[in-house]
Amino acid sequence: MGAGAVFAGPAGGPLHLFTKSCMTREAVLRLSGITKRFGPLVANDAISFELMRGEVIALLGENGAGKTTLMNILFGHYVADEGAVEAFGAPLHPGDPKAALAAGIGMVHQHFTLADNMTVLENIALGTAPLWRPRLDRGAARARIRALSADFGLSVEPDATVAALTVGERQRVEILKALYRDARILILDEPTAVLTPGETEALFRTLKLLVAKGLSIIFISHKLAEVMAVSDRVLVLRAGRLAGERVTASTGRAELAALMVGQEVVSPPVPAMRSGTPLLVLSEVSTGGRGTGARLNRVSLTLRAGEITGLAGVSGNGQSALAGVIAGTETLTTGEIEIGGTVVSAWSPREALRRGIGRIPEDRHAVGTIGDMSVAENVISEQYRTARFARHGLLDWAAARAFAEEIIRDYDVKCPSPDSRIRLLSGGNMQKLILGRALDPKPRIILANQPTRGLDVGAVSYVHRRLLEARERGAAILLISEDLEEILALSDRIVVMSRGRLSGASARGERTIAELGELMAGHQGEAA
Amino acid sequence: MRLEPKPAPSLGVLLLYPLGAIAATLVFVSLLVLAAGASPFSVIWLVAKGAAGSQFAALETLTRATPLIFTGLAVAVAFRAKLWNIGAEAQLYVGGIVTVVLGTGALPLPQPVLLPVIAIAAMAAGALLLLGPALLKTRFGVDEVVTTLLLNFVVLLFVAMLLEGALKDPMGLGWPQSSKVVADAQLPRIVTGKRLHYGFVLALAAAFAIWVVMKKTVLGYEMRAVGHNPEAARFAGIPVDPVLMKTALLSGGLAALAGFSEVAGLKGNLTLDLSPGYGYSGIVVAMLAMLNPLGVVAAAIFVAGIFVGADAMSRSAGVPSYIADVVVATALLTMVTAILLSRFRVRWR
Repeated sequence: MGAGAVFAGPAGGPLHLFTKSCMTREAVLRLSGITKRFGPLVANDAISFELMRGEVIALLGENGAGKTTLMNILFGHYVADEGAVEAFGAPLHPGDPKAALAAGIGMVHQHFTLADNMTVLENIALGTAPLWRPRLDRGAARARIRALSADFGLSVEPDATVAALTVGERQRVEILKALYRDARILILDEPTAVLTPGETEALFRTLKLLVAKGLSIIFISHKLAEVMAVSDRVLVLRAGRLAGERVTASTGRAELAALMVGQEVVSPPVPAMRSGTPLLVLSEVSTGGRGTGARLNRVSLTLRAGEITGLAGVSGNGQSALAGVIAGTETLTTGEIEIGGTVVSAWSPREALRRGIGRIPEDRHAVGTIGDMSVAENVISEQYRTARFARHGLLDWAAARAFAEEIIRDYDVKCPSPDSRIRLLSGGNMQKLILGRALDPKPRIILANQPTRGLDVGAVSYVHRRLLEARERGAAILLISEDLEEILALSDRIVVMSRGRLSGASARGERTIAELGELMAGHQGEAA
Repeated sequence: MRLEPKPAPSLGVLLLYPLGAIAATLVFVSLLVLAAGASPFSVIWLVAKGAAGSQFAALETLTRATPLIFTGLAVAVAFRAKLWNIGAEAQLYVGGIVTVVLGTGALPLPQPVLLPVIAIAAMAAGALLLLGPALLKTRFGVDEVVTTLLLNFVVLLFVAMLLEGALKDPMGLGWPQSSKVVADAQLPRIVTGKRLHYGFVLALAAAFAIWVVMKKTVLGYEMRAVGHNPEAARFAGIPVDPVLMKTALLSGGLAALAGFSEVAGLKGNLTLDLSPGYGYSGIVVAMLAMLNPLGVVAAAIFVAGIFVGADAMSRSAGVPSYIADVVVATALLTMVTAILLSRFRVRWR
């Protein structure tokens, strides 16, 4: 495509006829034939698309589909093996984030890149003023931030310290940072993962205002509802390839989900609840002040056999501490833990495993796996001391490898061999290995902390199915999630956590989404 | 310039990295030799000849490699668990002290019993010396790089004190040296009339034993897990602090064996120059070996060969033998670079 390509359609061809007034719009960003390989893995395979002025494109895809790699190439973190990027008609120098910034591309990462100990203003102005200048022109910067805030509904106090901000406010700072640098193209990577329903709506309003001012947006997500709500066009990535391109107005959730995974997705049915015996009882549990999240304040909770208890809440309200208590990594300052009718004394991860607790940790990379060790070495990490894998202090690597192969087969993990380093696997496959490791000993109690965060539709329904299977065989499950839909779909009982305290439990269907959201958001309001 | 991760290379390719590092070192050192006014080829040839050109030279190289194998193993074991033991030098001297204290007639035992008893006692002393910094690290978060490094100087001054006092050889004409160990406390020579002693065999056995421990045992698995990701290890129920303690005991014990082997096998007594920095060179050896216990043997022989060969070379070529230090230091830098390149691909704009 040369200079005369303004009137030529993108790869989708006839689809283009349906976009609103596309003939008068210019392509602000054009990717052609982007290919990126990591060893034998093809992360991006000949991907081409155009982003129009004033358009929101949703980039939808499974974990490992290549979304993040593609955006990293666009933003200059990686260099593509083949293909080129054009921004506003000029070729973009590859592999240079500065060039991307200069070309008007701004990125809001999934994990924020803010300095906690500095103010909003300092964070935004950081890197925009020359270093040799002794002082920042704070007055002008402040005025500009205030103006941008007002224009786009991004209310945030310029002189507040970032550490004191809520997650939603931090995200607004990230967006302001990009706008402050005159971004004309905004890339948002999973922006709603950490937001309450109310904050998500506010974000969408902001996006509408940005588009109205002529900005273009690439919205990366795996949540179909949001993609439908916010985008003009949807690009679906699957296994590194562009699996399809649809105009949002003329497609539906089912079609997009099918494009993503290559097959129809069916939500698992949740059979009726039978109330079982209490397997794990926390009474009046409090924790000390280690880590960043809230500490627990006299929390009581009962997990019953054959029941999924859903724990809803905005992140940072004590879910990590509660998960730590059940996983054995957190020490109690008050209260006690009762498992199967006996109160535990010495509490540790090993003791938790011994007592039959299967744990799925929140952070797959930092806590769930040891990246530089092999798949086999990782799957035995909770059982390596048992007679199955060790005799007289010697490890039985044949047994370990066989166990890894069993999990790879039973849990449908895509991985070259039990000897490959686990770091090289995609998030979804890593999670399936963790699931296999945790569920293999048939635990009576299961802690599932954000088990589907960042996973694609296929992997999510897989994880859900496995959890429901465990429930069927009588396990007591605590499901911690920031995704309210997930909680509502799976839980027999729902509790809401806020500021280190638990609300009373409500049975399935007893509270509406709005009520729960209010409970989460309302409590959060008190905290701020 | 930027780094991108790449998949683990095969074993064959992995072996190319140390060889590449050595080649790069030779190129760099050749430039220095040129600057010193000699011919690089003849200098390299003379070093090689001095290190392995005759039976005497080869045995001398192996003799010099013996303590380096022990300290290299000590560092490799500790670094694998990310316990940064920079104090192998101190642990070596502690092993030497114990050997002299027990070996100068204090224990009236026959040789086959006496030598193992001394070796085990030396290991225990070295292990205890590293236990302190390990406890400070796990209990209070005190940086073990600082504590183990500073202990080197504490122990060296302690040795100086002993050699001027309690352990001073009454027949030593006032020199700061200890008495010689008795004949039964001496490691026999492998070749009669040459300096190579059975400490070398002990070192090879230790390397093989450590390889088995790291590869096949529960402890080795725990050490690697703790080294790679302590948080994940803790979550999985691996007892992180006890594993670090065991690592410290093993590492300190190995380094102390270097002191035992030098005193009982080579020097016979304790002096302040028992080690010309074997503890520090052990770090180079371990890094060159990419922390592989069997690689430590090869790396120790290489480093020892450079030192021995450079001594011989400087006598005939007139290039200062300090070039050996430069070679070893450069080899460390190129090796660290090579390890980086084995895990990441470099992209230039």
